[in-house]
Amino acid sequence: MSGLDLTYLIELGWLVLQVFIVIIPLLIGVAYLTLAERRVIGFMQLRKGPNVVGPFGLLQPFADALKLLSKETILPAGADKVTFVIAPMLTFVLALVAWAVIPFGESLVIADINVGILYLFAVSSLGVYGIIMAGWASNSKYAFLGALRSAAQMVSYEVSMGLVIITVLLCVGSLNLSDIIEAQRTVWFALPLFPMFIIFFISTLAETNRAPFDLPEGESELVAGYFVEYSSMSFALFFLGEYANMILMSAMTTILFLGGWLPPFDIYPLNIIPGPIWFILKICFVLFVFLWMRATTPRYRYDQLMRLGWKVFLPFSLIWVVLTAGFLISFDMLPATAGLN
Amino acid sequence: MIETLFFYLFASITCLAGLMVISSRNPVHSVLFLILAFFNAAGLFVLLGAEFLAMLLVVVYVGAVAVLFLFVVMMLDINFVELREGFQRYMPLGLGVGGVLLAEILFVFFNSADMPETVVMVNEVSNTRALGRILYTDYIYLFQLAGLILLVAMIGAIALTLRKRENVRRQSIASQTERTRADSIEVVSVPSNTGVKRS
Repeated sequence: MSGLDLTYLIELGWLVLQVFIVIIPLLIGVAYLTLAERRVIGFMQLRKGPNVVGPFGLLQPFADALKLLSKETILPAGADKVTFVIAPMLTFVLALVAWAVIPFGESLVIADINVGILYLFAVSSLGVYGIIMAGWASNSKYAFLGALRSAAQMVSYEVSMGLVIITVLLCVGSLNLSDIIEAQRTVWFALPLFPMFIIFFISTLAETNRAPFDLPEGESELVAGYFVEYSSMSFALFFLGEYANMILMSAMTTILFLGGWLPPFDIYPLNIIPGPIWFILKICFVLFVFLWMRATTPRYRYDQLMRLGWKVFLPFSLIWVVLTAGFLISFDMLPATAGLN
Repeated sequence: MIETLFFYLFASITCLAGLMVISSRNPVHSVLFLILAFFNAAGLFVLLGAEFLAMLLVVVYVGAVAVLFLFVVMMLDINFVELREGFQRYMPLGLGVGGVLLAEILFVFFNSADMPETVVMVNEVSNTRALGRILYTDYIYLFQLAGLILLVAMIGAIALTLRKRENVRRQSIASQTERTRADSIEVVSVPSNTGVKRS
């Protein structure tokens, strides 16, 4: 019995260690993403961005974090206290739990589950609760309006995202993330499914409430949307959660369309670079496009956003699912059903 | 051992959350507890080895249906005192439904020997694939029928709520993008002190 307990303990310890190995670089990545955003947008607008704290402003995120930590946490008088406190935690936790199934390299994954892509989809669809709870519990008009906008927006774009994922799954024949990446050994899905890649990317912008779909935050009309009433660490948790979600969505785009940890070509100087490095480079590229979009595009009007989601993306991705299925069946290219799990 | 522990954890939270759904004073809290109950039910599915159903429960119920619930409940102007008033009137009905469900569970529990054996999944087939095989081969007509019923429900909901409003300015994106320079801009040279004369 004690031997059994010891193996359990060792396994548990190893698991906790793995979790930390993933989460700590992720949080540092989040910190530097905020810096990168300010610097990149700064350069795009011909200014310098934060470059004073540390060399090239590299210590800026830590200065920001310390500032936020030293601020007072304010509970608004009319707020629903428990929900108000839980909301930022929920957002943050949901942004982190999804990383359990992300494969960083060949069999480099914490939990290689059969339904990995569904798990990711489920976790990303839960993100809306943090926002709704925050908006409702704040007991403020602006926060509530922001939360309502966000909820409607995320639910709408999830539909087309689901259809895009189905298209990819048709070409793979498995819900496992490692299988999805392996299936892209010959060609990344971004090429044959190019329109879907674009739709997926735009949907992730809407799903993470980023520009040009950042209506929930719309600072010019809603002051800052659902987190107006938050301050100090609870605000920081929202901020971290939002940026961690951006990284997660980039990772999802990378896995579904850019071949995950596979090198672009399986030739000599490229394939000696280890998989995780390729994975991170691709995520960085997608993140750069996220920032680029923010610096380039003006904010959508709300009815235009809904029109794009329901009247353009949904029918188009539905047609594309049918076309892909028809193509795969008529050319007998459906992925083999035997052998895979 | 760990699995039993998790079973009791999920099961007790599900029951507690279910209790809170009907007993909490604020309807928004009720919905939030309902979501917690869904979530723990998904955990129970995972313990059963039905990971596909678990994820589907989270995606469909928690991710979509409950969001709409929460939406509606938050938007309604609810009088909390009035809400309590119907309690006595609805209690017999609730007790009746609860009693029927309890009787069913007890029936299954005492006759578990006569029940059809749960099919043990062969390890080579994941339950996603197994479900797909059964659903799209043996039960394809029922499956399509269910889809049709949902379609009818959807069309019904749209028909009930759609109202035609007049004098509403709508953006027609097609006609906007089809505009050319010729039909929207006119260059006029204006001699001084006369102004533009429109024909």
